[in-house]
Amino acid sequence: MNKTTFEQIQETLYLETLSNGLQVYVLPKKGFNKTFATFTTKYGSIDNYFTPIGEQEPVRVPDGIAHFLEHKLFEDEEGDVFQQFSKQGASANAFTSFTRTAYLFSSTSEIEKNLGTLVDFVQKPYFTKDSVDKEKGIIEQEIKMYEDNPDWQNFFGLLKSMFKKHPVAIDIAGTVDSINNTTKDLLYTCYHTFYHPSNMVLFIVGNVEPEKLIKQVRQNQENKKFAAPEDINRITPEEPAEVAEKKKVIPMAVNTGKCLVGIKEKEPDKQGEDLLRHELSLQLVLEMMFGQSSENYQTLYEEGLIDDTFSFDYTAEYGFGFSVIGGDSSNPEALADRIREMIIKFTNKELDQNAVDRIRKKKIGYFLKAMNSPEFIANQFTRYLFNDMDLFEVIPVLESLTAEELTETMENHFAVDSQLSQCLIVPEGERTSE
Amino acid sequence: MEQMKNFRLGAADVHIIPTATFKTNTFIIQMNAPLIKETASKRALLPNVLQNGTADYTNRQQIRSALDELYGASLTTDVTKKGERHIISFRMDIANEKFLKDQTPLMERGLKLLSSVLLNPKQSNNKFDPKIVAEEKRSHKQKIASIYDDKMRFANKRLTEEMCKEEPFGIHVFGQEDDLDNLNEANLYEYYKQALQEDQLDIYVMGDVDVNHVKDLISTYFPLNQAKENSGQPPAGSTPALKKKAREVVDEQSVQQGKLHIGYRTNVVYGEDDYFALQLFNGLFGGFSHSKLFINVREKASLAYYAASRVESFKGLLIVMSGIQSANYEKATDIIFKQMEEMKEGKFTEDDLQQTKAVYKNQILETMDVPRGRIELEYHNQVSPNKIPLEEWIDRIDKVTKEDIVKVAGKIQLDTIYFLKGREALSNE
Repeated sequence: MNKTTFEQIQETLYLETLSNGLQVYVLPKKGFNKTFATFTTKYGSIDNYFTPIGEQEPVRVPDGIAHFLEHKLFEDEEGDVFQQFSKQGASANAFTSFTRTAYLFSSTSEIEKNLGTLVDFVQKPYFTKDSVDKEKGIIEQEIKMYEDNPDWQNFFGLLKSMFKKHPVAIDIAGTVDSINNTTKDLLYTCYHTFYHPSNMVLFIVGNVEPEKLIKQVRQNQENKKFAAPEDINRITPEEPAEVAEKKKVIPMAVNTGKCLVGIKEKEPDKQGEDLLRHELSLQLVLEMMFGQSSENYQTLYEEGLIDDTFSFDYTAEYGFGFSVIGGDSSNPEALADRIREMIIKFTNKELDQNAVDRIRKKKIGYFLKAMNSPEFIANQFTRYLFNDMDLFEVIPVLESLTAEELTETMENHFAVDSQLSQCLIVPEGERTSE
Repeated sequence: MEQMKNFRLGAADVHIIPTATFKTNTFIIQMNAPLIKETASKRALLPNVLQNGTADYTNRQQIRSALDELYGASLTTDVTKKGERHIISFRMDIANEKFLKDQTPLMERGLKLLSSVLLNPKQSNNKFDPKIVAEEKRSHKQKIASIYDDKMRFANKRLTEEMCKEEPFGIHVFGQEDDLDNLNEANLYEYYKQALQEDQLDIYVMGDVDVNHVKDLISTYFPLNQAKENSGQPPAGSTPALKKKAREVVDEQSVQQGKLHIGYRTNVVYGEDDYFALQLFNGLFGGFSHSKLFINVREKASLAYYAASRVESFKGLLIVMSGIQSANYEKATDIIFKQMEEMKEGKFTEDDLQQTKAVYKNQILETMDVPRGRIELEYHNQVSPNKIPLEEWIDRIDKVTKEDIVKVAGKIQLDTIYFLKGREALSNE
């Protein structure tokens, strides 16, 4: 067991990599009632083309299958795993992102039992034709719910206009058609390829004793048999650097329009500290450009183009990355134009050193606040780890970023002519009276 | 559980919860007044105007820059309903300087800024800044209009409007778009002064703090005085308008998924003896992923992705929510009503009840792990005339029996079924 202490934020992290490759992390938190644990595989919606373990030929699996698998793992021979958790006073959940599937529970009692349940149910797939078919109706309603959600449609509309071939543009839940093409055998294929312990991380945060929990997991794993770990061959289509299309407009049953402007990352191949510096740099730049304390925010608000839904973010994983800026607007068209103009103007100006220092402080404070949240720590730590980054390096890196480095990253990223797309949601024509 | 210290400072009740668990300090100010049509829009707009210009920081950009300098202190405001009380909240989370290389006294600076927002707005001749008021009216109108865009929220709003037509609870927390037109920098300022005089004021501080130090800071920065003594809290709920027969209301829109929202009267509010029996009823019926609604509507019939219920503690309502295919309306309502019948007949086991107690207690303990959650729970006892100390909650839950739940189930009455239906012609299928 390894132990690392982070002096400034007064946290200690324990790690053990088990013989089957599973990485187990424990972060003790005094004073909390709750313990929160995530069991995450490096497998998400973008992993839809790969060579199954033990086979030679790559297969293209139906869209949404990682998410379908997430739903189905909650069922075992005895029934519903949710029931088991709630008998033990825990609440359980799961989510599927572009690159990860995470299973989690939180509870204030019976931590060891709940931890055992979490590890066991994820490592015990049980799919039958009937249970798979039954799930289709449920997922269909989940898809329909997102189809009616204008923010979701706006975001995925923007991804589709930025990415030509990359599977990040495919809806995480898939479509009603792709769901209907999902079978029990395909689920097993995906499961065996991506749920090997060596592709997974277990993270526990709470008022717990690290040695005891790590020992429990070690014994749990020693009692199970796993094949030797193999490298996974994922196939990602060649994605052009520039955006697929400049603009997309989607009419929906809404009163207020929506606008998102995206900047596509040209060379999305960074990992490790490079990615951490890059990501934090762009988050700082965006904050200076469009944050609530920026001149641009004040101007857009005064022009009546935004309200407090206006926000922005930069995200990157291996193979794709993008900035997103926007929100609700009575004139989404005009807002998109203004955002573009403001990006051009801002990137042509020298960065204000006072603004850099101010925003740096803000980001450091935000990180401390996030350290109050077991959910944030477990989820983000895992995401960072899968990209070979260290969550606890955030403050030191923020402190070390210079205006020169920010300027270089900014100038390279915001190439509006080739990298900018916009997606607008507009009220449907026929409906004005309601 | 960390003990809360309470005392009166001028016109405000101050509550301090010292704890070493968090890396930030949290301040929350609550302003509580009756929910009435005449003031609803004013109360909803007021915090937006206040947080966008003070005498010291004259616009949003200056306030937000000052917050950034305080290591990204967050300042948020909102308005909520607790039964028929209309609560304005101001919240600030600020880093504890203990974890920083820089030793600026962040707590004091934060409280000073919060005080400037609440007590020292940008004004001249008893009028707010007209530009700020105009901008915030525009933005607030858009916020009201956007409720329509989120179909779950829209269905909730419609159900409440229909169900509580004759009661203050039917008023939306954001107020009415039409009323906004009559608001200006003068009458809003007048209302602001009135609210400071008449509202019940509560200030909460939670974090790694020294009680006496906080007390001194609050007396310095929040010199709140009211001419007349606040007469304690009037009851939070009004008597429900009894209807003889449940009503059915249907709206149509071009949506993929129908939203089925069903409103019941529980005839029980927070602080009453059978309040925890009602919460456990809700847990068995639709509050959790082991509940009857989840199992029967989702898992067994595959009709929905979500099917859940929640309790409005101060008004005495139980709301069921589910997203279904419009054609399955009959099937879904049949299953939901059947689950309600089974609850009333006591068709659940002692194991089910134990399981629900475990999950419900866990939920409360988890809520207490978040400063905002702990304060929210404590605030129940400021709003309600009947108080149950938080230390007693777990014990009270443990004591609830199956008979208590069947008894509370007997009080629950169906009131209104609201359905937002997908328009056939526009459906993709």
